[in-house]
Amino acid sequence: MTTTATAPAAPPAAPARRGRLVPYWLLLPGILWLLLFFVAPLVYQASTSVQTGSLEDGFQVTWHVATYWDALAQYYPQFLRSVGYATAATVLCLLLGYPLAYLIAFRAGRWRTLLMVLVVAPFFTSFLIRTLAWKTILSDGGPVVSALGSLHVLGLTDALGLTEGHRLLATPLAVVCGLTYNFLPFMILPLYTSLERIDGRLHEAAGDLYARPLTTFRHVTFPLSLPGVVAGTLLTFIPAAGDYINAELLGSPDQKMIGNVIQSQFLRVLDYPTAAALSFILMAAILAMVTVYLRRAGTEDVV
Amino acid sequence: MAAAPGRSPRPLRWLRRNLVVLAGLATLAYLLLPNVVVTVFSFNKPNGRFNYKWQRFSTDAWTHPCDVDGLCGSLSLSLWIALWATLGATVLGTAAAFALARYRFRARSTVSSLVFLPMAMPEVVMAASLATLFLNTGVSFGFWTILVAHITFCLSFVVTAVKARVTSMDPRLEQAAQDLYATPLQTFLRVTLPIAAPGIAAGALLSFALSFDDFVITNFNAGSTVTFPMFVWGAAQRGTPVQINVIGTAMFVIAVLCVLAGQLAGSRRKRSRRS
Repeated sequence: MTTTATAPAAPPAAPARRGRLVPYWLLLPGILWLLLFFVAPLVYQASTSVQTGSLEDGFQVTWHVATYWDALAQYYPQFLRSVGYATAATVLCLLLGYPLAYLIAFRAGRWRTLLMVLVVAPFFTSFLIRTLAWKTILSDGGPVVSALGSLHVLGLTDALGLTEGHRLLATPLAVVCGLTYNFLPFMILPLYTSLERIDGRLHEAAGDLYARPLTTFRHVTFPLSLPGVVAGTLLTFIPAAGDYINAELLGSPDQKMIGNVIQSQFLRVLDYPTAAALSFILMAAILAMVTVYLRRAGTEDVV
Repeated sequence: MAAAPGRSPRPLRWLRRNLVVLAGLATLAYLLLPNVVVTVFSFNKPNGRFNYKWQRFSTDAWTHPCDVDGLCGSLSLSLWIALWATLGATVLGTAAAFALARYRFRARSTVSSLVFLPMAMPEVVMAASLATLFLNTGVSFGFWTILVAHITFCLSFVVTAVKARVTSMDPRLEQAAQDLYATPLQTFLRVTLPIAAPGIAAGALLSFALSFDDFVITNFNAGSTVTFPMFVWGAAQRGTPVQINVIGTAMFVIAVLCVLAGQLAGSRRKRSRRS
């Protein structure tokens, strides 16, 4: 990633000797809080993941690392599904979100504020209520299903395995649609921030040099918006990969994602070691993917 | 507009020029469609327990919003938790953000990544690990565990919001204040804090929204305490009362009105300052 001109200056050195301890005092409460309630829980979770035992007899640390292999062997379909759904949702968010961010940044004029408000406003209705609304929208015999059915789109998606039996609810398509919907604002906002920074004169300059609109987009606008693209895809992919709400509300047991497994292992089966091991595998997988992605997006020219 | 020598017919040219606008508006429609459905179905009178199919128009739910057992109690609990979580996260986060933005010290990058990490993690992982801590230390689940969990995940967002504002601040403003014989405290209260205020406000608002709407972390750490999202989740299994839609719609309308009023006031102030 290229650092933009607005990169913040390095913080000034502490002004006086007396003030040298100030940052530590300022940080102390927040850091203590994070150590207690963020780091310590991870340590406890790590220890739980190598414990064996039962609810009645209690759990003991036995360094039973096999829990990881067993969990992976048993639940790898859910892992793969999570990565697949999250990737699909991220790509869809980018495809849907880019035009809207572009519209707000360059074409909205005095409607800009209103459009921004409309993008953020759905947040204020609880996301569970909005996800339940998708149940109505995608319901069997609803307008969307009958419209897509009469256009023979559902036949096509059935054949592709995205939907099943001419319905939308309880299919992979419904879950991906819900994921896309829920995380779309997290794509639009960073895209908008990076598009809005682009100097409009660059577009004029490209036009003066006989670049057609599409060429301008490919060689000027899109490369300059890459920081937003990277931030947006991360903000979409990470929560989508761990989500269990959409699969639970819009999917069937065949669409269970890894989040659903962790939730039910922890809250229903009460198999804490497996839940802990799965959490760590998910965390490690996401960190690895994000690192690889950032390295690629950071050092190579994408366009 | 001058009639340019067109290569393609006019409607097609118009379409091509405005394609991005149309695509953007389509996305906006996709974003807003569920809110429209929520609003419309708040006037529904369903036959069964579930409010998924349109039956007939009724304003019953609007006139009796608290007629469902536990609904309004869960709502006020959520607001109460969000209030305290916002307060806690804003105080802790603002102090940390000032330290990270204004001072160079050892372990600064370590602290930065520690603050960043909770945001780069799927919520379910954080939720399960916190619940593991509470289980192992024998803390009973309820109001306090929810509050602690909410402060923990809001903290990073406050730090990020405040830090962005403070780093972009011109240090010469504070130097100027000191040149004019302001004491450090005066400088902080009358120069630094007012400039940082929008960042702090943004962080606090974000915390409130995140805490109020949080489900995943609450799901793991609530025990038998029922916040509003927990109530909706339970309702999705047992039967969804229309009142849920009423509350969703009301929150949407109130939020949009607040934002628009704020914008209006802001632009009016700007205009009066200019004249």
